[in-house]
Amino acid sequence: MSLDRELYKGQTPAWCPGCGNFSILETLKEALSELQIRPHQVTLVSGIGQAGKLPHYMRCNTFNGLHGRTLPVATGIKLANHEMLVIAVAGDGDCYGEGGNHLIHAIRRNINVKLFVHNNQIYGLTKGQSSPTSLQGMVSKTQPFGSLSEPLNPLAMAVALDCSFVARGYAADREYLKYLMKEAINHRGFALLDILQPCVTFNKINTYQWYAERIYRLDDSYNNTDRKLAFETALQWGDRIPTGIIFRNNKAVFEEKIPVLKERPLKNNFNPPEDLQTLLKEFY
Amino acid sequence: MDYTVVIAGEAGQGLQTIGGILSKVFARSSFHVFTHQDYMSRIRGGHNFYQIRFSDKPVSSSKSRIDLLVALNRESIEIHKDRLTEYGMVVYDASYVKKTYQGDEFLDVPFESISRELTGSSLMSNTVATASVLGMLGMDLNIYEGIIKESFKKKGEDIIKKNIDASRAGYDYAIKKCLKCRFSVPSGVGRPGLLINGNQAIGLGAIASGCKFYSAYPMTPSTGVMIYIASKAKEYGIVVEQAEDEISAINMALGASFAGVRAMTGTSGGGFALMVEGLSLAGMTETPIVIAEVQRPGPATGLPTRTEQADLLFLLYAGHGEFPRVVFAPGSPEQAFYLTNRAFELAEKYQIPVLILSDQYLADSQWSYEGFDLSEISFTDYRLRGREFQALKQYKRHLLTEDGISPMAVPGEGEHVVVTDSDEHDEDGHIIEDAETRVKMVNKRLKAKMESIRQEISPPLYYGDERAEIVLVGWGSMYGILKETVDVLSSKYPISMMHFSQIYPFPSIKEHDFMERLKMAQKAICIEQNATGQFARYLRSETGFDFDLKINKYDGRPFMLDELIGQIEEII
Repeated sequence: MSLDRELYKGQTPAWCPGCGNFSILETLKEALSELQIRPHQVTLVSGIGQAGKLPHYMRCNTFNGLHGRTLPVATGIKLANHEMLVIAVAGDGDCYGEGGNHLIHAIRRNINVKLFVHNNQIYGLTKGQSSPTSLQGMVSKTQPFGSLSEPLNPLAMAVALDCSFVARGYAADREYLKYLMKEAINHRGFALLDILQPCVTFNKINTYQWYAERIYRLDDSYNNTDRKLAFETALQWGDRIPTGIIFRNNKAVFEEKIPVLKERPLKNNFNPPEDLQTLLKEFY
Repeated sequence: MDYTVVIAGEAGQGLQTIGGILSKVFARSSFHVFTHQDYMSRIRGGHNFYQIRFSDKPVSSSKSRIDLLVALNRESIEIHKDRLTEYGMVVYDASYVKKTYQGDEFLDVPFESISRELTGSSLMSNTVATASVLGMLGMDLNIYEGIIKESFKKKGEDIIKKNIDASRAGYDYAIKKCLKCRFSVPSGVGRPGLLINGNQAIGLGAIASGCKFYSAYPMTPSTGVMIYIASKAKEYGIVVEQAEDEISAINMALGASFAGVRAMTGTSGGGFALMVEGLSLAGMTETPIVIAEVQRPGPATGLPTRTEQADLLFLLYAGHGEFPRVVFAPGSPEQAFYLTNRAFELAEKYQIPVLILSDQYLADSQWSYEGFDLSEISFTDYRLRGREFQALKQYKRHLLTEDGISPMAVPGEGEHVVVTDSDEHDEDGHIIEDAETRVKMVNKRLKAKMESIRQEISPPLYYGDERAEIVLVGWGSMYGILKETVDVLSSKYPISMMHFSQIYPFPSIKEHDFMERLKMAQKAICIEQNATGQFARYLRSETGFDFDLKINKYDGRPFMLDELIGQIEEII
């Protein structure tokens, strides 16, 4: 039984008509309602960019922090309350650019946080500069000679780091995106879900049509536990772009390795210690 | 009786162990103890020393002159021999340093060969050295033997016995050979003392205040706070996480605080520079956090293991935009303990960042005390939890209230959602851009709170002559040295100290009369460890009072008592 989706109703989005973010938002609400996760049982952590505004457009606990810093905040929340579902929503500039270092270390920790990246290969909020995932040669006002650097391949990087869940979705394939979101949420450990999302205003290259010609779903025969195959699959880009769960493993979850968190969430143990004399005695 | 013992040598020779044990022996023998450390930013080699002053009267600073030098290498003798007092002694191992020094002040104790003869290895050389100091001082060996038994408990009886044998041999050797030793140490009469440094005191204060989350990136000289809390993490239910950088450290702590626990981070100036955006985030989202900034000399990497007070103005103004904060600068481990507790209480009560400004001198200096009064530690849970939260009809994280304080609920403990935003937001925590809400929020977040926060700030501590003509003004780690300076000079001049540990907001000059004392003084001297007189400038900006006399030190080393007294007498 799904929960009523009205539960998650938030403010009216201020995104451009036709933006891929609309379907990501609606799909997320669907996924949560089908998983019967109530608004107060989930915390969305976001940064800055159009993706960063998503939590305001639904109803849930929200920490809309700084550009690039979603994962550290999400990590802190998860460690203080590991019973809470914590989802970080970020854009490609936010998470692969400004906050790139945090992504590497969140993967290393394998903290049980879900990262949904709205990857539109462009900077939308600042009006059309190239992003870390922009294709080489993409011309913009700040890159008049075209984007000179190679695009980051977040999925190949995540597989290389042995990230415990690596997937790619596409904003316009909502049914499959919902499946991927639910799988990511149900996975035990850090989950990276990169969501390709057309920016209808600024990205004139990676359009709905461009994606439609290239996107395909990985089929059931694909073995997503084979890391070498996963790396090869993650490298696929160009004429054919795979979506689906590219890689997963079952390694130990960070917070489960912390003895202090074995019995109950840290937040339930907020009182100061009763016996301070023992601590003081050590200084004599 | 007032003796200074210096243990000097290369990094890695174990001088910290010898120094640590000797300080503990003196404190347990009920003497007043003050220690400071001078070390280089390297793992092996170089020249480091550990300076201990112990006395039957209170001590809170170091002196230039040395009564007993334990030299672990030749360089230590060359560097420090001119600092010896009239009857000062040097103890060293001539065969180890490959040179025999002539003169009554040199005592050769073969640390290494005594250790080898008794135990078959040179591993107990430092035990021999430590015990020889106690022999030279004519002190008892019992307390040291007790410490050996405690520290080697896990290593077994054999190791304990070998260490005790080595200590007795070193002790007897020193007594027999040190015919020129004139030390006279009375046997202790008081109670054994507590010995603690600034970093440990901040860590202890945090645990006592219910801090449950500490995230940081290691940075000298602040790492000691993290190490202390980490060592107690399992026992006291604390999560300590070493973040990938300082940006992550402060953001993690803010996440944990938002989720319902008291959280803290710690760093030094360079790391704090990276945290500044996060500080502003704490201000905007009204998320409580305590930050320890343990200063070292800058700019940039500066002198990583040395001391300075040059981040004061940086801390007062750090962060883009305007938001309330509190800055404390404890002057001693005791003040650090109580002010850390106060920091947590104010951070939680007003939902603001509170900064504790320390420095390497305070961080690594040990002070002895009879004890700490645990009944002075307060704890109020200001968060809305469980049934109380659930029972609300509606909940707004940033509700407009008269005192500016909105209810701070723990997400997940009721059906209501908790929303906050680094963008300007409405009462619900949602992003807005309209002018009217903006003004209301600034008034609530900043203006309404600021006046109440100022009421919480205590005036400076005044010590010495009530009608002093000379007032020494200082802040933070200057406390100990200024206090002793007043003690020494009070027989010659009407002198006093005014010490600020609660720095920002500036204590109300309407409600406290401390500025009258300053205005009445013929000579007010502002003494700080920075080049530009940052506190003097800050005090002038708050009160209009201008110091005509200033003493500034910025060589990275702490003031020695005699050095400061000399400088004061020169200008008064």
